[in-house]
Order: sequence, then structure tokens, then C-alpha cells
Amino acid sequence: MSVSIFEIIGPVMIGPSSSHTAGAVRIGSLARRILGQTPEWANITLYGSFKATYRGHGTDKALTAGLLGMRPDDERIRGALALAEREGLKLNWILSDTEVEHANTARIQLGAKDKTITVQGSSLGGGRVAITSIDDFPVYVTGQAHTLITCHDDRPGMVAKVAQILANNQLNVGALNLSRRSKGDLALMVVETDEAIPATVKEELLSVPLVHRLVSIPFEMDW
Amino acid sequence: MLKQISSVQQLIDIATQKDVPISQLILEYEQYVSDTNAETVLNHTRHILKTMYSAIEEGIHSKERSHTGLSGGDAYLYDKKGSLLEGVAAKALVNAIAASETNGRMGKIAACPTAGASGVTPGALFATADKLGKTHEDLVYPLLTASGIGVVINHRAFLAGALGGCQAEVGSAAAMTAGAIVELAGGSPRQVGQAAALAMKNLLGLPCDPVAGLVEVPCVKRNGMGALVALAAADLALAGVESTIPVDEVIDTMAKIGKDMPIGLKETATGGLAITPTALSLTEKILGS
Ligand code: SF4
Repeated sequence: MSVSIFEIIGPVMIGPSSSHTAGAVRIGSLARRILGQTPEWANITLYGSFKATYRGHGTDKALTAGLLGMRPDDERIRGALALAEREGLKLNWILSDTEVEHANTARIQLGAKDKTITVQGSSLGGGRVAITSIDDFPVYVTGQAHTLITCHDDRPGMVAKVAQILANNQLNVGALNLSRRSKGDLALMVVETDEAIPATVKEELLSVPLVHRLVSIPFEMDW
Repeated sequence: MLKQISSVQQLIDIATQKDVPISQLILEYEQYVSDTNAETVLNHTRHILKTMYSAIEEGIHSKERSHTGLSGGDAYLYDKKGSLLEGVAAKALVNAIAASETNGRMGKIAACPTAGASGVTPGALFATADKLGKTHEDLVYPLLTASGIGVVINHRAFLAGALGGCQAEVGSAAAMTAGAIVELAGGSPRQVGQAAALAMKNLLGLPCDPVAGLVEVPCVKRNGMGALVALAAADLALAGVESTIPVDEVIDTMAKIGKDMPIGLKETATGGLAITPTALSLTEKILGS
């Protein structure tokens, strides 16, 4: 795949570490966007080198900043913990010795009102990240493309219905990933599209029977 | 138009044949990759340059230590006292350390190619611009060339200490920067490649061994020294000196060295400088509290 030069020079960010600071902001930011609203509370577990060096690298501040909707270049990252307190975001930190696949990994359970989700994400270097699970469904969400996530009942034709709506609206699918708990149970689909998904299309998708939830994460440069 | 960049030689050949600087090819490549226009790419590059410059400015005027106390204040000290290297070299050194110290203080920087190595490119580029009487705007295209070299390194090797040691971070930054300086000084595409090869060769094997796993020691000073390597490599290449080993082969062997490197030397803080007695006691003081 061809890599953008702005993955090589950039991001513009608050230091000191592209993986432990900028990447952490992005993991928090994806968690917030997957929840679909500002979280009121979060239980954050740090693994591996996130756990070992979070204080020196400001990983805790960075994750919090992401949950508050900041980007990696936001000057308020340094004061994110205090800001969270002022804005009523309750945080609970857990340090884990469990071995994980990626050195820089965080698991975030977050919620607002009656909604709760759990996402796990890793920082892959240079500010690149991947969310690797949502509510224990294995996924791969990087935020580097326009992304659509649907949660629906696992029934024949569901994927086709979603794909058809995208096609009718001239939205080209670049990647599609499907996982389910078990046959006929809940399924989670991650679709990357070349174009951003307009609000009207989101409504159309949500009106499909058996689609329970839908999240759209538009890609922006320097997100 | 280039849709994929897989070698520096490919960039040199096309640029030479078309009689354009390498940066022109990179500008077209990025328009394709990001599906955008030239002005957007150039403006974003300007934004990065501006951030780099303010990171230097902020760093040079501050005596403040970082949150951990491991770094900070050396750029200020050197700026006031250093004299042996007077001129572009001293400027590159102090600039690079300053930008790195800003990074250590959780200031705003532009990763290039990572945050840890983010002092090298601004350090040497702005110093060279001063020396040659160029403006900041003149740095936009050379920075594109630097990024093009980075794309190749990312493709053939890696740009992360955790994957390949510091040769992949400060080494890559020096190679990217050396190429950019050559273009800024009016050198040929071939000389850009030579400069990148010369710079990277000299940093091969450099481990990633940060004290307490934090991007401060030895990173800050390594950025300063990396900027000097970039300058020296560019100066040699501009004089017509060539690297016996071609640039893409140097990058390939950097990848091989990185793979062969023991895990303790790849950002785990379990080898190299990170396990010296002094580092261990600092680690305990910082992480133990
Ligand atoms: S020692 Fe490691 S963390 Fe520090 S600059 Fe080099 S590669 Fe980056």
C-alpha cells in the first residue's frame, strides 16, 4: 500500500512519544467515537510498555485527552486529567501485568447514560494505532480511512443490504470485515469506504431492520 | 505519476530523466495518495515546518527540565557557551537539541519520522537555511524530499526504535535530512541519494536504549549529533563525494541489522544505556515514585 508522506513527517503533536503520547490520544479518540458520544466514565487498563512508562510519556493524559475529543496536537493534553475532572469524566486506572500481543496496549471500558462499550487498542508506532476489539468482537479499526461500524443480527442478507445502500449512494467499499459471536447471534461489521458517509445514508442504514447500532468515523487529516 | 515509491534510485532516475527535483515527484505522489491537490499538500507541509520552527524557538529559550527531570536546559546552555563549532554546525546542534527538549517537556512538535527523532530535521534544515540565506518557505520542497526518503525507508525497512533500534529513528531522520539539505543547496537528485546513504551508513547499528523507557536520554543529544551527521553527509555529497554502497542497499542492510538486533536494544529499556548502573538508579527514582 502507498503510504502518505504525512505518516512519515507528522503528526504535529504534543510530545514526547509518537507511540505513547500521540498514539494514545488517538486510541482515546477512537474509543469516544465508537461510543458515539462524550463518555461520562471510563475504566482504563494499561498493558506492556503503556503500563511501564505511562507517567513519563503522559500516556494517561493522552488517553484522557482523546476521550475528551482532543487531537494529538492539542495544547490542553498536558492538563487533560484536571480537565476530565472539571467536565465530569470519571476515570479509573488499572495497571495490568497480563501479556498482550502489542507492547503499547490499552483496554477502555467507557460509558454514558445507558450505553457501555469496551474497546481495546494498540499503538503501532509513529502515531499509528489500531482498535483490535470492540465488545470482544475482533476488529481492525485504524482511523486512517472513512469507517463505518454496524452491529446487527447475524441473518442472511444483512451484509448485502448494507453494501447495497452504500453502492446506491456511490460509496465505494475499500475493505470489509465481519465477525460474530456465534451463528445467528450478534454480528459486527467494519466497512472502510473511499468517501465520507453522508448523514442521510447513515439514517438509511439505521432504518434497515435488525441493524441495532451504527457508528461512522470520518477520516480527517491530522485527526 | 508515481503511485508507489519503493527505492531512492527510482526517485533519482525519474527526477533526473524529467529534470525536476525529487520533491516535485513527492508532491505529485502525495496528491495521488491523499486524493488532494498540490496546495493542500504544500500547506500541510508549511504547517509542519512552522511547528518545527516553534519547537526550536521554545526549546532554545527554556531552562526548564522535563516532567521527569531527565532532560531540558542543554540547548540553552550550549547556545550561550558553545563555540568550537561556530556557524552552521553549532546552529544545527543547538536547534536539534532545543526541538528535542521541547518534545521532552510535552511541548508541540512535528514527528519526523517519530517524536523521538523529531529534532534532527528541524535542527539541520533551519541552520542550513540561515547559512544559505534561504527563507522558511524555501524549506517546503526540501522537506518533501526528506519525506520521500522516509517513505522508501518505511517501505524497505522501518521507522521505529521498537522495530529496528535508533538507527531506524535518528538514523532515518539523518538520512532524510541529508537529502533535504542537498536539495536546498541546489544539489542534484543523485547527490540527494548519496547524502542519504552517507548519513545512514554512519548511524547503522545504533540501538534504541532509552533510560526508563522514556524518550529523553539518550534521545535528546542523539538528535543533536544526528543533525551534525546529516550536515556532514550533505556537505560531502554536495562536493561530489559518493557512497560506495548505494543508498537502497544501505537501507536494506539497516533493516537486516534491525531484525538481528536483540530485543533488549529495541526500545524495551532492557539493554544498552538503559541498563547502566546510573540509568537503573534513575529508573528506580522515576518509575518507583
Ligand atoms: S533511543 Fe529509541 S526512543 Fe530514543 S530517539 Fe532513539 S529510537 Fe527513539
